[in-house]
Amino acid sequence: MAEQHIMLSLRGLTRRFGGLTAVDAIDLDLAKGELISIIGPNGAGKTTLFNLVTGLDRPDAGNVSFEGQDITGLSPERLAGQGIARTFQLGRVFGNLSVMDNVLIGAHTRLRAVKPAVPVIGPLLELGLALLRPSSVRDEEERLREEVKAILARFGERLLPRIDQPAYSLSYANRRRVEIARALALRPRLLLLDEPTAGMNPTETAEMQGLVAELKAEGLTILLIEHKLEMVMRLSNRVIVMDEGKKIAEGPGEQVRGDPKVIEAYLGHGLSGAAEQESAA
Amino acid sequence: MMSSWLDYTINGLIVGNVYALVAVGLALIFGVSRLINFAQGSIYLVGAYIGWVAVVQLHTPLPLTIIIVAAASALVGLIIERFGLRPLQNSVRIAPLLATIGISFVLDQLVMLTFSPNPRALPSQLPDVRFQVGGGTIGPLDLLIAGVGLTSALLLFVFLRYSKLGWAIRATAQDRDAAMQMGVDVNRVNQAVFGIAAALGGVSGLLVGMYYNQIDTAMSLQATLKGVVAEVVGGAGNVPGAVIGSLLLGLVESYGVAVFGTSYRNLFAFLLLVVVLVLRPNGLFASARQAPPEPLTGTFIAPSRPVRIPRWALLVAAAIFAILPFFPVSFYVLQTLINAWLLGMLALSLTLVAGTIGQVSLGHAALLAIGAYTSALLSLTFAIPVGLAIIGGGLMSAALGTALISPSFRLRGHYVSIATLAIGEIVSLVILNWESVTRGPIGISGIPPLSLFGYELVSPTSIYWFSFIVMVVLALLQARLLGSHLGRSFRAIRDDDIAARAYGLSLNRYKSLAFIFGGFAAGISGGIAAHLYSYINHETFNTQQSILALTVVILGGLGNVVGAIVGAVALVGLPEVFRIAAEYRILIYGIVLLLLVRFRPQGLLGTM
Repeated sequence: MAEQHIMLSLRGLTRRFGGLTAVDAIDLDLAKGELISIIGPNGAGKTTLFNLVTGLDRPDAGNVSFEGQDITGLSPERLAGQGIARTFQLGRVFGNLSVMDNVLIGAHTRLRAVKPAVPVIGPLLELGLALLRPSSVRDEEERLREEVKAILARFGERLLPRIDQPAYSLSYANRRRVEIARALALRPRLLLLDEPTAGMNPTETAEMQGLVAELKAEGLTILLIEHKLEMVMRLSNRVIVMDEGKKIAEGPGEQVRGDPKVIEAYLGHGLSGAAEQESAA
Repeated sequence: MMSSWLDYTINGLIVGNVYALVAVGLALIFGVSRLINFAQGSIYLVGAYIGWVAVVQLHTPLPLTIIIVAAASALVGLIIERFGLRPLQNSVRIAPLLATIGISFVLDQLVMLTFSPNPRALPSQLPDVRFQVGGGTIGPLDLLIAGVGLTSALLLFVFLRYSKLGWAIRATAQDRDAAMQMGVDVNRVNQAVFGIAAALGGVSGLLVGMYYNQIDTAMSLQATLKGVVAEVVGGAGNVPGAVIGSLLLGLVESYGVAVFGTSYRNLFAFLLLVVVLVLRPNGLFASARQAPPEPLTGTFIAPSRPVRIPRWALLVAAAIFAILPFFPVSFYVLQTLINAWLLGMLALSLTLVAGTIGQVSLGHAALLAIGAYTSALLSLTFAIPVGLAIIGGGLMSAALGTALISPSFRLRGHYVSIATLAIGEIVSLVILNWESVTRGPIGISGIPPLSLFGYELVSPTSIYWFSFIVMVVLALLQARLLGSHLGRSFRAIRDDDIAARAYGLSLNRYKSLAFIFGGFAAGISGGIAAHLYSYINHETFNTQQSILALTVVILGGLGNVVGAIVGAVALVGLPEVFRIAAEYRILIYGIVLLLLVRFRPQGLLGTM
């Protein structure tokens, strides 16, 4: 363990909303190639934690470091540039963009030919290059389009036949897939998945689980929020349980599952989706 | 000296009290429906004119006048809510915003057509005496305004606090969905809120009319802006905040006038707005950091598939318009189409900014003004050839327009519209006041006619071709832009700016690029117009043109390049075809906007 390359590290991360502490002094270390799941009842602070890591929200205390660098409070666009990609709990695709364009946005941080890294006049050059489109820009765009098709092919026949359709016309499950395709187009070093199987039926869930397993096998480092415990148990190296902003348990899946504090957190908060899964399992 | 300061303070508080009546209504409406009601100033205008009818024609006593105005204005508010906004409850977020803009235009025009645009005197029915208070003086009207302000604040407080409907309003403001689930009739809440807001707004218009002893139709936009400034300063949706924001605004204006003079009054109000929007967009009393709301995806504009027009059809249409002057068409037809091409350029600009990247600008005429003044001054003062001067106008408009709007890049939705409206007013006020450069209220005359490479373009045919070619070139450039990675980046930011940021799209960078490109097109249009008109002043490019351009853009389909041109030809051409008198046109544009928002929000050719 000591030799492991730590990719993401959270120390004392805290976020308060008025009187409510949504994320309360969370510590976490995620090694390269590891998959950690975060579970917990609704309102436990999981999505807020994601927002803090990806720069959409700033912590009140504590810090986040990525590849040994302090990234606390950096803007989301800079963090995307560093290779952190995420999906959203409610599914935030760009409704009026085609599937192709949605996924191409995922590759935005990798544009080089059309986005020269020149200070001050860089944006103006970008405008000029977008209008002139020299061959370098056209080639880059063509390469990325091919790559998008390869990414979409990972979802079988779910997305490829709909590649030119606007995202608003897709089914809920397909929108979630587009989100994941978009995240993959960034070629992330760290991938945060916020309930990728929410609203999916068992077949679709199994497909998604297969895909996440593939990504993990390819060496991608993943932080996963998921309510479906069976999937969590199969995929995770470690599981972190949150309740009322605090980390109440951490460890291998089987160990966490039997932890009395965890059971109490779920049952004490009424029947959340995860608790139902648990009792069904 | 001390006494005059006291006078300015009293004046500021009295004016602030009037603003409070407008702002409280705005805050109530924002609270329950997250909507900035751009028609609030129109109700204020209606209130002032109803008051004029009551006082001057019916000779009603003051208490009765106030009751009549409040009741009639409330009725107008209820009609707006029932027929203008309720049908849009489940539509996209841009719809109610556009609807209140349309309603505002229709109401203003109806008042103007009924009462003529000339100012009227609205006599105060109170004795003209002034009492010595400390070092300053105060009149009965001041006391009345303060009294009405305090009384309505008290009544509103009691109503919201202790009545059942008041509870329902507060519950809806806090959590609309939860309130609905608990059985609150949200429609009734909306009705109540619009009725109260309108009654307050109307009475405010009456009092202001009496205070200045004058009413005119320009009051409407000013009132909306002032009310919005006060409301935003106090924190949108925060009723006590709106009162404090109003008093603060009144004082800032009053002291500003004391130091710099009357023509600076509005400049201070709008600068205050921009400063607050930029530094504390949630208002002075809200915490600076609030969790960003999570919009559903793609709901700001109506999702639709654009109508695909085959390339050959576009080529044929362009060819027909290009050879039109060879046919025996009248000067009148060419003149109409020249106007359409100029409006088309402005619409191209606005459809990019409002449609493609989703920043609904209400101050787009300011970009015309910047281009027009730059081109006029370059050719007059520095004897630069007109063709180059127009390009200079375009570049200046791109640079200055983008710089002016850039502090507002972090704003969203309705706030962008407020900020652009205010920035448009600021540009107009700077032009009015910066006499050494802009020649102030006199305007610029003797602007040289269009010329190209030394040849003057004075025949209608040559002007027609020139403006047509410029517009086509701008349209082709814009179409090429939309087909690039920038097109998809702009549209991604429009659909969901949070997801866009999470994928590395910097809002500042891409909003700047959109405004630079759009500012250039609008500046070119303004530059050409300046040389065609040969005379311009600070009122040549006004809010009416901004709204006309917006109507064109909605008509054609947001973000749709061909749609912008089709919309411009339709809105300039059809009134000519049907020989509609000029004074009815604005009214018709307002009605067209309302009908589109209601029945075809994606426009004729669809959103891109």
